[in-house]
Amino acid sequence: MDLMLSYMQGWPGWVQVMLISVAKIVLILIPLLLAVAYTTYAERKLIGYMQIRIGPNRVGPRGWLQPIADAFKLLLKEAAIPTNANRYLFQLAPVISITAALAAWAVIPISDTLVLANIDASLLYILALTSMGVYGVIIAGWASNSKYAFLGAMRSAAQIVAYEIAMGFALVGVLMVAGSLNLGDVVRGQQGSVLDWYIWPLFPLFLVYFISGVAETNRAPFDVAEGESELVAGFHVEYSGMPFAVFFLAEYANIILISALTAIMFLGGWHAPINTPFTIVPPGLWFIGKAAFVLFFFLWFRATFPRYRYDQIMRLGWKVFIPVTLVWIGVLGFFMFFTPFGHMFH
Amino acid sequence: MSFAQLAFYFFAAVMIVAATMVITIRNPVKAALFLVLAFVSGACVWMTLEAEFLAIVLVLVYVGAVMVLFLFVVMMLDVNLSRLREGFGEYLPIGGLVAVLMVLEMAIVLSADSFDQQNMPRPEPEAEGYSNTKELGRLLYTFYVYPFEIAALILLVAIIAAIALTLRKRPETKYQNPAKQVAVKREDRVRLVKMAAERRKDDQS
Repeated sequence: MDLMLSYMQGWPGWVQVMLISVAKIVLILIPLLLAVAYTTYAERKLIGYMQIRIGPNRVGPRGWLQPIADAFKLLLKEAAIPTNANRYLFQLAPVISITAALAAWAVIPISDTLVLANIDASLLYILALTSMGVYGVIIAGWASNSKYAFLGAMRSAAQIVAYEIAMGFALVGVLMVAGSLNLGDVVRGQQGSVLDWYIWPLFPLFLVYFISGVAETNRAPFDVAEGESELVAGFHVEYSGMPFAVFFLAEYANIILISALTAIMFLGGWHAPINTPFTIVPPGLWFIGKAAFVLFFFLWFRATFPRYRYDQIMRLGWKVFIPVTLVWIGVLGFFMFFTPFGHMFH
Repeated sequence: MSFAQLAFYFFAAVMIVAATMVITIRNPVKAALFLVLAFVSGACVWMTLEAEFLAIVLVLVYVGAVMVLFLFVVMMLDVNLSRLREGFGEYLPIGGLVAVLMVLEMAIVLSADSFDQQNMPRPEPEAEGYSNTKELGRLLYTFYVYPFEIAALILLVAIIAAIALTLRKRPETKYQNPAKQVAVKREDRVRLVKMAAERRKDDQS
């Protein structure tokens, strides 16, 4: 960055700002896309080992080049558009999905100083953007002019709306203990050791947030939107080639986003678990390690749990999670203002 | 023209085009999507006014929740367009009257002296570190706490009323009791029967 700045001295100010922003965006996007590619590889390998088989092992050493081969395959395939599909909306849907999934990364603080946009209401920004991702799904389902796609889109939309409320309430708890909507300040509030992380005072909210995150991203065991035994592939049945790959990218970018957010809000972000010996590891690596740990659970769930029945999903979202979060917010408020234990939550 | 002005004109233009499309386009799903676009550009205009909390909440509530439910319904309805267009001439005079009245009202309000440049100067840009969200919250929960709570109560009543109107038990519908399902023990479902081993009649080995 400093090198860029010194090189651009004398250029107009807005050009400098724009070029630096673009450089930062590239610096976030390329590692993210690589992470997405290798998450798919990790998923296939892990689930393979969990099911006592090897998983992809043909392309490159131990199959390490498999995601790249997959990407090339999808790039070279024809992007077929079904007859009677709504052309523009059909092509717009994956764009909306990926935009929402990637734009949310702008406010993720990787370390104390490393964040693309340090905006004050970043928590709200994340909520707003993740709630826009559902349009990609709905539009894809409707524009494909296919019953399977449409059913998948309807299921997914209802599910996302239901779990978003529980997720929002869980974030209210985080906001209460952190006293800030800024994700950087949320992490700074967890300074200290493991015991200062928000996972302890907010344990029920942590569970609700993480499970809602799994449901929001339509992952197993909440993947009724894809439900291959009933709906073939759900909302993206009709997509092929690159548009399909874009949906895929968006899904995995969202999964990594939820893992990163869980790490930031409940697991202390870039802070080391114990102060002295572990602070040798750079803070950014701690953050990435924690996010990867949470991400592992997503893959583990998929190998372990059978799919929920649809009415059970709705019941869990509306009748279990929302009351749990509401009660815990009340408990938190009570403890913070009426008892001497309030400092424990700060 | 500064960048802020440029941004304002861009978002305002997008918003006006989108709003026009909402009422002119034939397909109801596309109309709903244009309404979403109008909301998003409205949020962007608010953002340029430094009202970031309102802008994000507009996207969160209207785009993220209300319009999703809207689209949900509109997509499942099979709207008959020819029947919709039938009564156009019939409704035109009364609709036109309402439109003219609304434009007049807006003109009266906006051209009044109270919205003059002297009376309504451009608000000073806030200092760095100013949190729009915090200020709004402080105002809502101190100065406007009663109106705020009353509005919340009215909304709660509306929610309960809507649920009460749609909640009907039909005798033929079967419901599950998840508590019972969870509480089931193995003994309730499986009966182990002990019996001596038997040999099949034709079994020679």
